[in-house]
Amino acid sequence: MSALTDVREVMRRDQVWSFLKDEQKQVDVSHEVILYVEGLNLSFDGFKALNDLNLYVNDGELRCLIGANGAGKTTLMDVVTGKTTPDSGSVYFGQSINLLQHDEADIAQLGIGRKFQKPTVFEALSVFDNLELSLKQQKSVLPMLFARLTPTEIDRIDEVLNVIGLKEQCFMQAGALSHGQKQWLEIGMLLVAEPRLLLIDEPVAGMTAQETERTAELLTSLAGERTVIVVEHDMEFVRSIARTVTVLHQGSVLAEGTMDQVQNNPDVIEVYLGEAP
Amino acid sequence: MNQLMRFSRLHGDSKVAPFVAILVVLTLLASMGNLLMPEDSAFYVSTYTITLLGKYLCYAMLALAVDVIWGYCGILSLGHGAFFALGGYAMGMYLMRQIGDRGVYGNPELPDFMVFLNWTELPWFWQGMDQFWFAMLMVLLVPGILAFIFGWLAFRSRVTGVYLSIMTQALTYALLLAFFRNEMGFGGNNGLTDFKDILGFDLQADTTRVTLFAITALLLAVILVVSHKILQSRMGKVIVAIRDGESRARFIGYRTERFKVWLFVYSALIAGIAGALYVPQVGIINPGEFSPLNSIEMVIWVAVGGRGTLIGAIVGALLVNFAKTKFTAIMPDGWLFALGALFVFVTLYLPQGLMGLYKKMMDKRRPDNSDSHGSDTEGKNAEPAVKGGNV
Repeated sequence: MSALTDVREVMRRDQVWSFLKDEQKQVDVSHEVILYVEGLNLSFDGFKALNDLNLYVNDGELRCLIGANGAGKTTLMDVVTGKTTPDSGSVYFGQSINLLQHDEADIAQLGIGRKFQKPTVFEALSVFDNLELSLKQQKSVLPMLFARLTPTEIDRIDEVLNVIGLKEQCFMQAGALSHGQKQWLEIGMLLVAEPRLLLIDEPVAGMTAQETERTAELLTSLAGERTVIVVEHDMEFVRSIARTVTVLHQGSVLAEGTMDQVQNNPDVIEVYLGEAP
Repeated sequence: MNQLMRFSRLHGDSKVAPFVAILVVLTLLASMGNLLMPEDSAFYVSTYTITLLGKYLCYAMLALAVDVIWGYCGILSLGHGAFFALGGYAMGMYLMRQIGDRGVYGNPELPDFMVFLNWTELPWFWQGMDQFWFAMLMVLLVPGILAFIFGWLAFRSRVTGVYLSIMTQALTYALLLAFFRNEMGFGGNNGLTDFKDILGFDLQADTTRVTLFAITALLLAVILVVSHKILQSRMGKVIVAIRDGESRARFIGYRTERFKVWLFVYSALIAGIAGALYVPQVGIINPGEFSPLNSIEMVIWVAVGGRGTLIGAIVGALLVNFAKTKFTAIMPDGWLFALGALFVFVTLYLPQGLMGLYKKMMDKRRPDNSDSHGSDTEGKNAEPAVKGGNV
């Protein structure tokens, strides 16, 4: 009897077999939250880098993460991008995608882009090539071997070159760019891939005041269409862009709210200034 | 603008085409010098020279294989001799079977060393090696599969840098020890030798020698062009990207280990082909080819010529081996010291090898503005290459 139902189930004509279904790659943001981080724990040799960390980020939000050194900001990014596996906890991208089941390359393909603390670009390649490699495309070996540059791709790269202001340096070796320009190029590499979620680690480190201002403009213009999470030490910069700020301390969330709320929060004041309550 | 860009991307300032032309012309001249000129003519090229040149070209192909992974992907393999020797052994087995009953013991089925060891039948892995096509398939398959398994295990576990180099060296050393054993069935420390003919042609004949030499040159040219195309494609850019920032490449969505594995396999295939061409020209293959020293020498050829340039690797291999032939004739014991000194000198004073020196000289010669700008960035291009190989 049960064999018969099994057969019927297998032969159903209104749906395809489960292994034939496309793997669901679309981010489901029906509840407006794009990133769920829940009960995350991670320790390195007894040091608790993340301690029961909970964080929810809404779709289209620009969120700033601040905190002292060792508060777990970069570790959190490592976990979200698949570089580090946590001891326990869950990380969901949208409603349905469990990020802990994917590796770095998968996560990048899902639409999560990451900028490192230290600008890392491919120094031996030209600015244009750097962007070409970052394009949203089939990134396995054979398609890459036969890939040709299409006009659409050139337009897309042109567009991003304009946004990051490296139009004139287009054919320059990326290694020859200044520090600030490398930061911009790395942001450009994220943009050209059209990600849903951008994780940006210290974007204005080593930038001049003018460059910092432009970066702030760029990041705020991105929010809405994309979700941006920025880790930054520069308080002035955070104040200039942030709507919501999350303060991390010893691997868990200490406070969350607008910049003013956070700055007047007694816990934050205690941790940062060491004042007795 | 886009048109111009695409043209420069496709053709670049590569010197592959002129280099291939020179190679083909020289090969033709040498071949004709041997076959058509009378022996007392000034243009006569002796058969000894032809064989020597063929041997050099095999080494050049091997250097190309090392350059593809070391120069472009920063994987320093100190065990490429293993793939070279495996390709050589596959060819050697075919040539052994071709001897037939002309061996010392006159056994139509078994090679001499097996008769000597009192073996009565052919081991399973010698079956089918009397077929040329099968042997050629093995020339590709054996090094390819070994490289795939090794690469898959190593790169998936994210072994890089000096650890990977040590592992490759251990690999070739393990094979060296294995092939030294008589029970392995590959002739022990004597290896395979005393070959008579290939595809029915006498190996000692001038025409066979010239043909082998010409085939080597032709294949070298083909492999050079194919490698150049691969490395110019978008995949080639990913490979350079992996050299300069592997984690960055991973975070923009590339499975870097797969690119590395396939490049490693490609490189091993080239090494296998080089080995297969080497054996009929030199006339012997023995476990000595597996020695780690040989593999290190290959790296020096590439370093001398300039890594990450393809042509540099070929030039380096040719020059160093020419120097070796001359030097060992004058002072046999001094060669290793000279080689060591050469390596130190190149590392200190010519980090970009001869190709880097050539580029620098060319840039000096035409100091017009647009070009000097180009060369400036090229110079910076060089730095990551050094970093990549610096293990």
